[in-house]
Amino acid sequence: MKESILLAYKKRPRAWILNLAIFIFIVLIFIASTPYIPYKGIQEKSISIAYSILYGITQPDFSYFLDFSKGALPYLLLETIAIAFLGTLIGAVFALPFAFLSARNVVPKWMAHVGTFFIAVIRTFPAFVYGLMFIRVTGPGPFTGVLTLAVSGIGMTAKLFTESIEDLDMGIIEGLDASGCTTIQKIRYGIIPQLMSNFLSTTIYRFEINVKNASILGLVGAGGIGYPILAAMGAYRWKDAGTLLFGLIVVILIIDYFSGRLRKKLATGQ
Amino acid sequence: MMVAWFKEVIFPSPLELANGKIVKPKRSPMVYVLPIIFVLILISMEITGFDFMVLVNRGYQFFVIIGRMIPPDLGFIPKVIQPMIETIMMSIVGTLVGAFFALPLAFLSSDNIIKNKIFLWVNRFVFSIFRTLPILIIALLAKYVFGLGSFAGTVAIALFTWLIMTKMLYELIETVDMGPFEAVESSGAGRLKAFWVSILPQILGQFISFILYNFEMNVRSASILGYVGAGGIGLLLNEKLGWRQYDKVSTILLTLLVTVYAIETLSRAIRKKLS
Repeated sequence: MKESILLAYKKRPRAWILNLAIFIFIVLIFIASTPYIPYKGIQEKSISIAYSILYGITQPDFSYFLDFSKGALPYLLLETIAIAFLGTLIGAVFALPFAFLSARNVVPKWMAHVGTFFIAVIRTFPAFVYGLMFIRVTGPGPFTGVLTLAVSGIGMTAKLFTESIEDLDMGIIEGLDASGCTTIQKIRYGIIPQLMSNFLSTTIYRFEINVKNASILGLVGAGGIGYPILAAMGAYRWKDAGTLLFGLIVVILIIDYFSGRLRKKLATGQ
Repeated sequence: MMVAWFKEVIFPSPLELANGKIVKPKRSPMVYVLPIIFVLILISMEITGFDFMVLVNRGYQFFVIIGRMIPPDLGFIPKVIQPMIETIMMSIVGTLVGAFFALPLAFLSSDNIIKNKIFLWVNRFVFSIFRTLPILIIALLAKYVFGLGSFAGTVAIALFTWLIMTKMLYELIETVDMGPFEAVESSGAGRLKAFWVSILPQILGQFISFILYNFEMNVRSASILGYVGAGGIGLLLNEKLGWRQYDKVSTILLTLLVTVYAIETLSRAIRKKLS
């Protein structure tokens, strides 16, 4: 008995060779990367800058929150949420056809490949490139932000939509078919109930991301709180930047909390 | 007809089953949700100055830049390769460093390993605040600390990966089978040792797949890092956008597309093998 245990113990898998290989591989990557990532030391004023930002975030100027005029913090936050909300909805609506056209169980395989490739192309364009394109259409301002978020959101939303469509339980639809339902009834009672919660969950998730992405819109002047934050950081007004960032963080935390709860509810059905 | 249909949706009439039982169907939540969403859309349109006519009249302007991107300047590809490699290197190193630090923090944030509720709650709250910081802001902060260049970008990627990966990992750790952990712990091992031998093997496959997923994401977000001067392909993209050399911009985007596609295919193959 004891001998057989010892024998089994001696035959235990030797993972150390694999581990060593992975370790050496990682070390090699780090060595190979050194010429690309030169370390130039820490900037002179960096410590004081980092301190100022942290100070700004932890000691926000609350008078900012009480100024309800246009262009003040509460309005900017509201504008950011409005941009994200509208952008998410439009993006989700446009994502629907793309999603159905690249789902393997809906269209032929070659069509699905074309669809997925097209979604990948949309996803590759960084958001601010879309922003630059839309600025020509609508000029700087929140409207551009809405369009930018709508188009840059199509890629991810469509990809996640496609995944839920491909997970459709076809048995239910066959069942409806067997009991004599029409096509409209099959869609209404067989497909929509299966997809709705997933689609809503994806859309809410994208809304969360879009509020966070508001700072990127600031790069091209497409409205929201992004530009004021970047401008304040660029002009070394750390207290302002910290306070604006504090406002954004609070909004994101609130949205995260509610969207998390909502998505949990959608996932569990209750 | 229409009115009757609306009445049926808002106040569904009770149904009588075959056994004589009367069932009142539930009112669809859409009855409340749709009007609220409609009002929110109107408010958002007012705030953002959404104007459909502008789109109809000036929408073609969107395609002006796309038109100038075609055909892409393929002779520019050799100049794109170097920054692309730089971006990939930044992403690899940043992702690995982030992942390395994510494991211990995830250990300290899992409610099935750490039993001290107050510590857990404070820990998670602090890091959920850090997690709200967009990668753009993190990159800007890294730039102020480490100066222009790819080192700042790598630090930003590492920080960002660290924060996201920690959350992914502790959510994963909370779903593992605790049996082996308890068995090892009851044989006298400490929590760290027990975690190492009983939980790590369970999550290792997922952990590697998270690393690959984050790596993909980081290559994608590299363009944003460049915009603030944090090195890589984004720097070149930003420069060409500034000079309005759109045929070169499309070459850069094309290279990015091919790279991301290759990485995605590779990582999907590896992840498939792991699961």
